[in-house]
Amino acid sequence: MADTTGSGANRAFVRTETLPQAPPPLSTRGWIGWLRENLFSSPLNAALTIGALYVLYLFVPPLIEWAIIEAVWTGASNADCKGHDGACWAIVPARFGQFIYGFYPEAERWRADLVFILFCINVAPILSDRLPGRTFAALFIVSGFPIVAGLILFGGIGLEAVPTDRWGGLLLTLVLAVVSILFSLPLGILLALGRRSEMPIVSTFSIAFIELCRAVPLITVLFMASFMLPLFLPEGVNFNELLRALIGVTIFASAYMAEVVRGGLQALPKGQTEAAQALGLTYWQAMRLIIMPQALKIVIPGIVNTFISLFKDTSLVSIIGLFDLLLVAKASVTDPKWLGLEHEAYIFTALLYFVFCFGMSRYSLWLEGKLNTERRD
Amino acid sequence: MSADIETQAVDRSDLSDEVMIQITGMNKWFGDFHVLRDINLTVFQGERIVICGPSGSGKSTLIRCINRLEEHQQGQIIVDNVELTNDLKQIDQVRREVGMVFQHFNLFPHLTVLENCTLAPIWVRDTPKVDAEQAAMEYLARVKIPEQAEKYPGQLSGGQQQRVAIARSLCMNPKIMLFDEPTSALDPEMIKEVLDVMVDLAETGMTMIVVSHEMGFARQVAHRVIFMDDGQVVEQNEPEEFFNNPQSDRTKLFLSQILSH
Repeated sequence: MADTTGSGANRAFVRTETLPQAPPPLSTRGWIGWLRENLFSSPLNAALTIGALYVLYLFVPPLIEWAIIEAVWTGASNADCKGHDGACWAIVPARFGQFIYGFYPEAERWRADLVFILFCINVAPILSDRLPGRTFAALFIVSGFPIVAGLILFGGIGLEAVPTDRWGGLLLTLVLAVVSILFSLPLGILLALGRRSEMPIVSTFSIAFIELCRAVPLITVLFMASFMLPLFLPEGVNFNELLRALIGVTIFASAYMAEVVRGGLQALPKGQTEAAQALGLTYWQAMRLIIMPQALKIVIPGIVNTFISLFKDTSLVSIIGLFDLLLVAKASVTDPKWLGLEHEAYIFTALLYFVFCFGMSRYSLWLEGKLNTERRD
Repeated sequence: MSADIETQAVDRSDLSDEVMIQITGMNKWFGDFHVLRDINLTVFQGERIVICGPSGSGKSTLIRCINRLEEHQQGQIIVDNVELTNDLKQIDQVRREVGMVFQHFNLFPHLTVLENCTLAPIWVRDTPKVDAEQAAMEYLARVKIPEQAEKYPGQLSGGQQQRVAIARSLCMNPKIMLFDEPTSALDPEMIKEVLDVMVDLAETGMTMIVVSHEMGFARQVAHRVIFMDDGQVVEQNEPEEFFNNPQSDRTKLFLSQILSH
């Protein structure tokens, strides 16, 4: 081996052959390497690993025993679960309809299913780039789709009218979450741009709006929308309770979204805007084609974080009397037939929330990975 | 201390008489800082000007005023017979005809090289996509990187990125090209490939204003070299006279410093 340290007698060095790439040492490869690296890299880590395994041993087997082995899966009331040590999952199939649809009439529940399917069809081209028509789908989902979905769910024209106080459960939670998510993002983008605007009126309004909305709790906004708003409206003018909650949640969320988007805008070098301007693009063209695609990509984690927290915050509408998923779960265990089954009802509710929130989280990870392959710098 | 170019003996034998840029009595401030002082400059069609000077002398600010990336507060700037005022329509009109190449390239990292080049023709000039792509490929061939068209800017070297940036500007068929220190951010090995492209461009008769310290480039292609300091034009002349026989002491000092190593 040549001495390239320069400490030997001969200081001149010329490399005549290139060293081949060598594989890493065996002890750092494979599952043994993984175990050493991650679980037993030092005596302290080895002790922590063994301790953690013991804690898992204490908690996991009893949990499995309660939730699966000793559980009762079917039954007409909590009487069928008497004498068993496990969970009484019978409440879930018995109350499934209410968990999902609230008090939506059983004969009309297909309408909610239909809206759900339509939503999936509409949202698919937005989420996947293998399907055509993304721009149209994105425009339709905030314009035509809410009207169509509202007509189907609300009825009235040829369909039996179902007033919104009968909507509930997962249906209501999804209506609240989807509408507020869909509208808070574009609103938030406009507010973020407004806040950075050079026009004093626009920026002052945006700052005031954002700061006001962020400085009050969502519960307050909901109370305002529910109880205060009618006081300010002229007599006889009254609009739907659910609509008021939707507007309240959307406005609240858009303020948060605006700040997330602003973070992305600030992360972009000024040269991007300048290059767009120098090419003759107008302000809106530059925003749409150059700035927003990059800014939004940077803040995908923040946006999805806001979506997830928004999804769960919809449960606060229960305090103004809307029967969302959580309130339906709470009500189900006040039924004498299912008294005392809070654990089962709430675990099932938590699982439903988890499925949607985890889904959003995974989608955002996938999206980040996909967009990242386009830009290796 | 203004320099009036009309009195200077500039060789304009290969230039037309058509005035492309007319700047008169232009002043600009950043807050209280008087960054450009009484600038008077006439640029003829096909003329190539190299502006040099120490950092902070206002040379970049001056060319950024020409496409209104910076706003001037006093005086008049007329580009291709359009005066730059607060009128957005007029600003857009000027920007369509003036290409700019930046020190840090400022390519759009989320678009491919080809998309970088076709974006402005498609959206600003309403060129059909097929035509825009065909033109873009021709310009990419001219800057000698047609094979990189489908790559993203992040996958290219600095020199390649800057050549893409030049092609992107040329795709708009500009009448004037502004270069803001186009080689300052490049590794030494890549400076030449960018300068070669700029020399090729000069040979097509493009009106060019180049902020640069590449004195070899200035000697080779410039009709005029302008030296700026403290926001003022200190001296300007044909390259040979400017380098061999500088008049002002400030210019002499500057030249001795940048040419000494």
